[in-house]
Amino acid sequence: MIKEVFITETNCITPLGFDVATNIQNIVSYRSGIELHLNSSLMEKPFYASIINDDQLNEAFAKVSSSENFTRLEKMMILALQPIVQKSKFDFDTKTGFLLSTTKGNITDLKNPSDNNINNVYLHQIAKNIADFFGFKTTPIVISNACVSGILAVSVAKKLIQSEMFDNIFIVAGDEVSKFVLSGFNSFQAMSDLPCKPYSINRAGVSLGEATAAVLVSSDKQNAKIKIIGESAINDANHISGPSRTGEGLFRSIENALAEAKINPNQIDYISSHGTATPFNDEMEAIAFNRLGLEKVPVNSLKGFYGHTLGTSGLLETVIGIQSVLESRIFTSLGFDEMGVSQPINIIEKNENRNINYFLKTASGFGGCNTAVLFQKIN
Amino acid sequence: MKKNTYIKSYCTIQNNEIILNGESIFKSKSDLFSDFSKKAYQNFEINYSKFFKMDNLSKLALLSSELLLKNEINSDSEAKIALVFANKSSSLDTDVKYQNSISDKENYFPSPAVFVYTLPNICIGEISIKHQLKSENSFFIFEDFDSEFMTNYANNLLSSKKADKVLCGWVEYYNEVYKAFLYLVANEGKIDHNKHTLELLNKN
Repeated sequence: MIKEVFITETNCITPLGFDVATNIQNIVSYRSGIELHLNSSLMEKPFYASIINDDQLNEAFAKVSSSENFTRLEKMMILALQPIVQKSKFDFDTKTGFLLSTTKGNITDLKNPSDNNINNVYLHQIAKNIADFFGFKTTPIVISNACVSGILAVSVAKKLIQSEMFDNIFIVAGDEVSKFVLSGFNSFQAMSDLPCKPYSINRAGVSLGEATAAVLVSSDKQNAKIKIIGESAINDANHISGPSRTGEGLFRSIENALAEAKINPNQIDYISSHGTATPFNDEMEAIAFNRLGLEKVPVNSLKGFYGHTLGTSGLLETVIGIQSVLESRIFTSLGFDEMGVSQPINIIEKNENRNINYFLKTASGFGGCNTAVLFQKIN
Repeated sequence: MKKNTYIKSYCTIQNNEIILNGESIFKSKSDLFSDFSKKAYQNFEINYSKFFKMDNLSKLALLSSELLLKNEINSDSEAKIALVFANKSSSLDTDVKYQNSISDKENYFPSPAVFVYTLPNICIGEISIKHQLKSENSFFIFEDFDSEFMTNYANNLLSSKKADKVLCGWVEYYNEVYKAFLYLVANEGKIDHNKHTLELLNKN
């Protein structure tokens, strides 16, 4: 008998709030975290991004710890996990796992590579810093798989619980807006001059963002918010810096997740897509969704609220998606105006009430990676 | 009951030497990895023109996987071979190179061709393209090779039938210090796939 796996707790730290409820309030009022920034230490020219305020971050962190040994990103990660750890009622033994998802971790510390700083850039080190803070006893597992990392972490946690390695797994996902990543996306000419507009004819690239998100994945159904019923992460085998034109990897990832969940495409009630607002990504997703007959399913990209938060995005968007299921309401795909993909998809244009039994989360990223995870409402 | 799984073949690359299933099959006296990897690429007649544009981590991963995959891929049918890799330094070698291109205002030349390799999973993308593997894939970071995690993860991919075989292992490259230890896990074979065998093979 294959074990059932659930998400029992969620949290997030974003420019729209330091808990899930505040984030939802802001989303409901169509408020975006994306703003114009003038900060020459990050970028020479003004840029749009969704960035957490330092004073608010430090104020919140001071309530949790007086330690000054943590980087900005580590503080954001600790704040995301802290209430979940505090609520948990089990011992942190060998059956409690810890997964950390990030693409670039403390990459900002590479700027001045003194010995101590370069140590912090190692991703296993950031995981150890967080694990030691909370007293996790097992070896931390870091997932660094480009922009699918955050949702891939959910799929990995499910596998590790089903293989009986762990009973409970804490996941935290985090990435920061840095000069390193801003300059890189800019060199690809992938950055939008205005707040990003996923799936719009007027879209002109990504807005970057920063956030952390955390969940508890458990084999224990008590307090379950949602059940994880299928997952898959298939490579396009096509190009390292652009998606497959046919959406092959995403198509197959969703197809496999459906097969594992033993449900049909027409049972899916809501899709939280990747929607980065680059011309190729959004078009590819529209093609993949159409190939599966998902063109009528309400879909949103939350990038218009948070920007692209890289290794956080998949988990953050799952946290908000779970809230959609729990509260029976779906949220607008902020930034969308006129259809800008060649295949029809059902973009959510205003917040509305809707009962959701099955929820699909997808993501795609550099290296040709894709991930799809299917969730089922707890009745 | 849990089904047994096996290690079908394995390959180690370090110190300018390639060892396949315990036997040394290629050695060079090169001082630098770029030279060693070029000689190995030519020696095994690998046909992937992008090879010379890739970063060192991807070259290391592609070379070691080539030796384990070349007899597994059949152009008539799609291979369901998952790729599960891990290392310690992520893409730090290329991260440092990219950081140097943006640190100095006078000498600012960020390149998309370098930036794309500042993600460790790009090497998985390269292997997937080379062998046309539209399969399950993921990249993990650990301080050391975690044989227990890798065993559990590969077995789950096989038992859930998401993969027929799993190419697993360690591909670490930072500042000319490198090691690849890759192995192919399958439902049949002669070497038991478990934590202890992996630790033994990885040490040798």
